Amino acid sequence: MALFPFFGRAEDISPPDIEAASLRSDRFRLERETDWRRLEAIVVALEKGRPRRISDDDLLALPVLYRQAASSLAVARETTLDAGTLGYLESLVRRAWFQIYGPRDGFPGWFRRFLAGGWSEAVRALWLEICIALAVMVAGTMVGWLLVARDVEWYHRLIPGEMSSGRAPGATREALAASLSGQNDAEGLTVFATYLFSNNSAVSILAFALGFAFGIPTVLLLVYNTAVLGAMMWLFVDAGLGWEFAAWLSIHGTTELLAILLAGAAGLHIGRSMAFPGSQSVLVAAESSGRRAATVMVGVVVMLAIAGLLEGYARQLLQPAPARAAVGSMMLLFWITYFTVLRRRSATIA
Amino acid sequence: MSKVKRQSPEGRARQLTTAEGLSLPLTIASRSARAGALLLDLALMIVAVILFLIAAIAIGVGTFSVGEGAAPGIELLAVIVLLFLFFARFGYFLWFELGPRGATPGKRALGIRVVARGGGRLTAEAVIARNLLRDVEVFIPVMLLITGQAAGGVINLLLFAWLAIFLLFPCFNRDNLRAGDLVAGTWVVETDRRKLPDAMSVSAQGVPAATVTPAYQFGDAELSVYGEHELQVLESVLRNNQPEAMRKVMDAICIKIGWTSGAGDERAFLEAFYAALRARLERNMRFGNRKKDKFS
Repeated sequence: MALFPFFGRAEDISPPDIEAASLRSDRFRLERETDWRRLEAIVVALEKGRPRRISDDDLLALPVLYRQAASSLAVARETTLDAGTLGYLESLVRRAWFQIYGPRDGFPGWFRRFLAGGWSEAVRALWLEICIALAVMVAGTMVGWLLVARDVEWYHRLIPGEMSSGRAPGATREALAASLSGQNDAEGLTVFATYLFSNNSAVSILAFALGFAFGIPTVLLLVYNTAVLGAMMWLFVDAGLGWEFAAWLSIHGTTELLAILLAGAAGLHIGRSMAFPGSQSVLVAAESSGRRAATVMVGVVVMLAIAGLLEGYARQLLQPAPARAAVGSMMLLFWITYFTVLRRRSATIA
Repeated sequence: MSKVKRQSPEGRARQLTTAEGLSLPLTIASRSARAGALLLDLALMIVAVILFLIAAIAIGVGTFSVGEGAAPGIELLAVIVLLFLFFARFGYFLWFELGPRGATPGKRALGIRVVARGGGRLTAEAVIARNLLRDVEVFIPVMLLITGQAAGGVINLLLFAWLAIFLLFPCFNRDNLRAGDLVAGTWVVETDRRKLPDAMSVSAQGVPAATVTPAYQFGDAELSVYGEHELQVLESVLRNNQPEAMRKVMDAICIKIGWTSGAGDERAFLEAFYAALRARLERNMRFGNRKKDKFS
């Protein structure tokens, strides 16, 4: 019998001879055994990820069978001393519960609901942290700018030599302008775009995950990264290339900086809810904020993938500054519209 | 708090209340099981990455030797390798824990899975949250160790101590939660698959055991010495069906109830005693008197 999985068909199992049992609790068990085995077969099929193997009848019967097994367990706890049956029922109800209350539709289904409103809703819920993170980033940029404006030596401390790739104080205007223009052929750009994507995503996820420590490391990470930006801005404005630099940066930067902003906000959201849980317990507060922030983080990875493509391709292929600025502001407009306008159609999504 | 104690299986038992109001017993996965599962998963990932890189290099060398026109192929390969590494790092745990088993291959091998802590549904957001934090908890310390960046400098040392706090987080709370579990509202519990054993009062021939063997009749005084705990010990002895064990148990019972034990009929005697004792205890149970063990 154990060799062939039985899928709910009672004829496979010889119906137990209920009268043969002398104990009342054993008769109780034999009367319900067939249903338990049917439930077990359905649960096994679900665990193996093959819900198509379950017949329609069985699928319809699943909630009923689960509730029957659960109430059998409740009754059995009060009436039977058969440890084997009790253990089996507990394990069966637990497994059925895991399946019924398990992840509902895997990653693809979740992702579809995420794009259709779950993401923008989570972003809107973080408005306060977004404001804080924005303030931190603006402050970081200003700090970078002011530091370098007062003492050029700061530039080298903020941006190590290998990172600056020729964009350093003392470089000629022509050299700086050349560093803003891209190559015209697409050779090597895919690798570059992919590298940017995976590197930036890893850094954003780090910024988010460090929010767990009450958000302090997240703020530091944001300040450091935007200080670099501020320093670079000073360098180019000083050389009279402010507009070109802004255009060069904006084509991917509006998406990328927005993603970094959201990652920082998500980290701060967790940190804030743990430091100030309000009327909830810390655990409950961390839980609800963690789930919301995780939704935002998936969005951050998506945005960084788009930013990587823009940085790797569009920036290198589009030369004129107005075209670059146009693409950048289009992207910014798109994101703001997406986050503020899109709403879920109904409350059916749990 | 500061002392890390080994937890007994009883210390890891939890009750979970389902939507039906039924309390289900759960056992929290032990720290060693979780560490073992993690090491297994990491080993699997490393093996997969190495195999993938070997395959990629083999293909790369194959196309490279063709000559000039091979450059786009190399580029595509580099992209695939980068994406593969990224998804190995962030996607492996996510994908498996969102499946119907709620467990990675390592967790499955050790018989544990992820469950929502409050008794609600395990949502995709929760799984994503717990796995994003895994990055700080596991991957960054591992990378620091591998690259040896933690070897020198006060800042690196501080950084490493900081990350060690994450890594050792499960040792400092009762439910063995890691930081990711805390943020996501999940915990990791043991799963078990039990088979339904045969009903005890039905003998192999399908005839009630008690009606066949009237040779043994027990009175109230004889049955009142034992409680539920002894009944369940007797049940496991009968299910295991070891002649020596049954012999010993029969002797012990006979001494306790003042009978002189015979030989050769242990199973029949124990089955009859079991059925009589269980009938008596269950009858009392229906009237609300439970007898936990022989001392109560």
